[in-house]
Amino acid sequence: MKIARMVAIVVVSLITLISMGGSLLPGFDYIRQDRKHFSEGPSYEHWLGTDAVGRDRLARLIHGTRVSLLLAPAAAGISVVLAFVVGAAPGFAGGVTERMAKAIIDLALSLPWFFLLLMVRAMLPLNTSPAVSAAITFSVLGLLGWGVPARILLARARRLRQSEFVALARAGGVSHRRLFGVHVLPNLLPVMTAQFWIAVPVFILAEANLSLLGLGVAEPLPSLGGLLRDLESGLSVRSDLCNFAALFVLVVMVSSLQVAFMKHEVS
Amino acid sequence: MRRLMLPLCLLLLALATPGMCLDELRFYLHSDPKTFNPGLVADPDSETIRYLTGGVLVRLNRQTQQLEPELATAWKVSKDGKTITFQLRQGVRFSDGTPFGAQDVQFTMTVLMDPMLHSPTGDAFRSGQGKISAAILTPDRISLTFPAPVAGLEKLFDQVAIMSASSPKKEMAVLGPFYVAEYKPGAYVALHRNPNYWKHDDAGRALPYLDAVKLEIQSNRDIEMLKFSRNEIHLINAMDADYFDRLARLAPDKVRDAGPSLDSEMMWFNQASEASVASYKLEWFRSRNFRQAVSLSINRDDLCKVVYGGHAIPARGPVSPANKYWFNSQLPQARFDQEDALRLLQEDGFRLVDGKLVDRGGHPVQFSIITNAGNRSRERMVSMIQADLRAIGMQVNVVTLDFPSLIQRISKAFNYEAAMLGLTNVELDPNEQMNVWLSSSDQHQWNPRQSAPATSWEAEIDRLMLVQASAMDDKTRKRAFDRVQEIVADELPFIYLVNQNALVGVSPALQGVVPVAARPQTYWDIEHIRFSVERANNAN
Amino acid sequence: MSLWRTLAKRLIMAVIVILVGGFLSAVLVRYAPGFGTDERQLDARLSAESLQAIRDESSAERGIASYYVEWLRKMLRGGLGDSRSMQKPVAQLLMERSGITLRIVAESLAIAWMVALFLVAATWSTHSAPLEKTCTTASGLLLCLPAGAVALLLILLNAPGYLALVAVVFPKVHRYLSDLVGATGRMSHILAARAKGISEHRLLLWHVIPAIRREILALGGVSIALALNAAIPVEALCGIPGIGQLAWQSALARDLPVLISVSLLVIAFTVLANSGADLLADERRQPA
Repeated sequence: MKIARMVAIVVVSLITLISMGGSLLPGFDYIRQDRKHFSEGPSYEHWLGTDAVGRDRLARLIHGTRVSLLLAPAAAGISVVLAFVVGAAPGFAGGVTERMAKAIIDLALSLPWFFLLLMVRAMLPLNTSPAVSAAITFSVLGLLGWGVPARILLARARRLRQSEFVALARAGGVSHRRLFGVHVLPNLLPVMTAQFWIAVPVFILAEANLSLLGLGVAEPLPSLGGLLRDLESGLSVRSDLCNFAALFVLVVMVSSLQVAFMKHEVS
Repeated sequence: MRRLMLPLCLLLLALATPGMCLDELRFYLHSDPKTFNPGLVADPDSETIRYLTGGVLVRLNRQTQQLEPELATAWKVSKDGKTITFQLRQGVRFSDGTPFGAQDVQFTMTVLMDPMLHSPTGDAFRSGQGKISAAILTPDRISLTFPAPVAGLEKLFDQVAIMSASSPKKEMAVLGPFYVAEYKPGAYVALHRNPNYWKHDDAGRALPYLDAVKLEIQSNRDIEMLKFSRNEIHLINAMDADYFDRLARLAPDKVRDAGPSLDSEMMWFNQASEASVASYKLEWFRSRNFRQAVSLSINRDDLCKVVYGGHAIPARGPVSPANKYWFNSQLPQARFDQEDALRLLQEDGFRLVDGKLVDRGGHPVQFSIITNAGNRSRERMVSMIQADLRAIGMQVNVVTLDFPSLIQRISKAFNYEAAMLGLTNVELDPNEQMNVWLSSSDQHQWNPRQSAPATSWEAEIDRLMLVQASAMDDKTRKRAFDRVQEIVADELPFIYLVNQNALVGVSPALQGVVPVAARPQTYWDIEHIRFSVERANNAN
Repeated sequence: MSLWRTLAKRLIMAVIVILVGGFLSAVLVRYAPGFGTDERQLDARLSAESLQAIRDESSAERGIASYYVEWLRKMLRGGLGDSRSMQKPVAQLLMERSGITLRIVAESLAIAWMVALFLVAATWSTHSAPLEKTCTTASGLLLCLPAGAVALLLILLNAPGYLALVAVVFPKVHRYLSDLVGATGRMSHILAARAKGISEHRLLLWHVIPAIRREILALGGVSIALALNAAIPVEALCGIPGIGQLAWQSALARDLPVLISVSLLVIAFTVLANSGADLLADERRQPA
């Protein structure tokens, strides 16, 4: 286990280092279009080949990983915090608060947020820079993506509220705040952590789909989600292994993060 | 018992054998047809149904681009261009057996021209105020009179599918080679051959050769490509260049490049007075030099090579060279010359500061281009244009939007700076684009609904378009429209980028498919398409 | 009696949530950019009068509150209005398509849950760290794959594209389940029971799962909502003529009558599924 965790930490550090610093290396320009060598496989000049307009795939992968790695966990964090506020706290409080929270969560799960996203795009100036557009996109994802974890946290918090050890603590005169902070919160952390790790790749993919609405990471800035979207055409048009590079990086990254930071596994 | 064995076995064999094998052509529609009423057809999928089922008085041969007799054996347009008289074919029946005659033509035109119908086909005939009158001269001769001359009048009847005045099946009784036998929403439209179709081939055999056409509904182009490569469908119209090249590598006998299509890609700047654009930017967009500079900075050869894999040509103007008659071959080729572009910009007071272009007021040249999301070719093109314009110091932001949001910005709110779209399903006759060129029109995209032309060149275009609309001889019309094309190439209200080729997929099992530039590119001669016997056995 | 009271209270709450949700959906659609536009506005053949008529088609929908009230009145009389984009009655569209969506959602949910439960049970029984890691990696991989790519892969392998829904639901269900089971498995009474020699299967079925039944039921309710939402892009991608495809096409066309109907349907399913899960969890609650 320790070896696995160490390897995972090394992998995560390596990917982070390369994605943060890689774009400083000469030759890793994610914007430049080499129009004489477009849609090509790996070569000496372009180690992972080039995309459909001749941009270096490796440079775009490095830069896209940076964009997604910085923003997707932040969005996942926002959604987890909101899920906690809307789900866990009312679940523990019970009564009317809990019923209202359930109604809000049900609505959050089923309303057509697609249109809200369109409104967000309409309110943004057309000349918003790609970086700001990316930050706004992931923020919106975080603000809208709390429904599922909130429901689970609510159920969990409710069960804890009705559990014997909480009843015992309450009977012993433990304050509500201490009860929640010291006894309930640690029991909610595994669910919150699980949601966080699920949300990161989900938001990376969701960002790519948001480009249909004018949100998402705008050209020429790359993102992991955008590179993954190319997988769809890659399957039918060009079965080139380099198409899967973004997927490989994402899977390795997400798996490594889970192994590195998850404390408890099934024993 | 033994005597019964043989007949029993034969009976069982007959029952076990699947029904008589149909020659069924299969290809995809990309969404549900919105209507089966031929008068209301406005989307490509309904148009497909109309083409395959509708009988027309005259048919534009998509290959020769010449008009041919169909349900009308002869026609004559009066000298003033207001009246057209048709001699109708005799002995023709609708698919349900109802006889065809002049009353059906009268009924069809009455329905089409009903102002409450808002039919795009009907609107194409509207040349002036007033009603159309139809005079039935004999049961097989009818005369239609319009309130004002209609340019290219006879060609418009290629879009008019004749409906029955008396059939209880209404618009489902048809005169075309097929009729709609079954429609499962979201799944498919099944067409069966019209048993009463009037056409025969030279050997006297009844047309069409095919027994049925199955149009499955599938919006995903990747899946369409997969199914075609597995021979589950037989045709693909308007294929993307990416798919074309992949298929060409795997199965070169399945794909055809029919040369430049009638389609084009273009971009334009918002010049509307009600535009929600900074005034200094509006000044840029209204400057001919600025538009010329942008055009000169775009490498169209690269667009054709990279985005379309060489299956496109740089566009010269609003008409594709595939439109043999109306294309102005004297138009100059679009140039790529970024130095010349900078020189033109300098004339307007622009200058480069640290590699960034600024105007005389010191504003950095930055603008956005909006286009519709989900079109891979367009997204790649706009990315390349962004790079080309960066080379002359312009900063371009690319925003892809869903179609309704895009339409809202370009048609209603005018809160955009530049837009990029394409023209598809283009008709050959320029009169059908009248609303694009008239400055007072809603579809005069760069500056619509002008109470008076904002510039002298738009006033000139207005005049020329009205000349070609009212002239009866094609030479006068051609001269006028050639001049429109010259003005457009000079002033660049639209910056035309490429004319993409007609790339199609045709199963080797089919015979009689001749891909052409005009739509429908593959099945325009549906009556003569058939399966070759030995290929059909192998392919299926 | 108290059960009926509880049921009645929950039903009233559910109806209120559904109606409020329907109104909020209508507001979102009405004020989204592109409302009231139509692709036909770009058709150069249309006259100015025809274009104006197209713009006027949605004029009745502009006052959203009054439109919604009127729509509800029609619904109570059995009508759901007509789709502008498809030019058909909405009720007919829903009837034609709902069976398809319900079938594929039910199938996908069943497969996702069965596989998730099986893997969690297998991991629990064997205490195999490699198995657990493999399952984590597999569900991580599925989370990272775009639904479109999964659907295409399935079609490439001659499998139904809609099973991409399984790829959407399974990783989330599996992840939550395995963490819930893992956390419960570390509780002292479970450890004590194991020490006393109770078999792993018995532990799981009789001690662990009952302890987390509320969360499992909540997850079940939520997975229905997940699957319904995921059905929209999957059906649109695979060209499956279900409610999801209808919702997507109507969203692109800003077809208000269809969108209100579909939203109400989705909200109703979500609310009823989650309420049902809560009810079941409450009814089996042991006295405190």
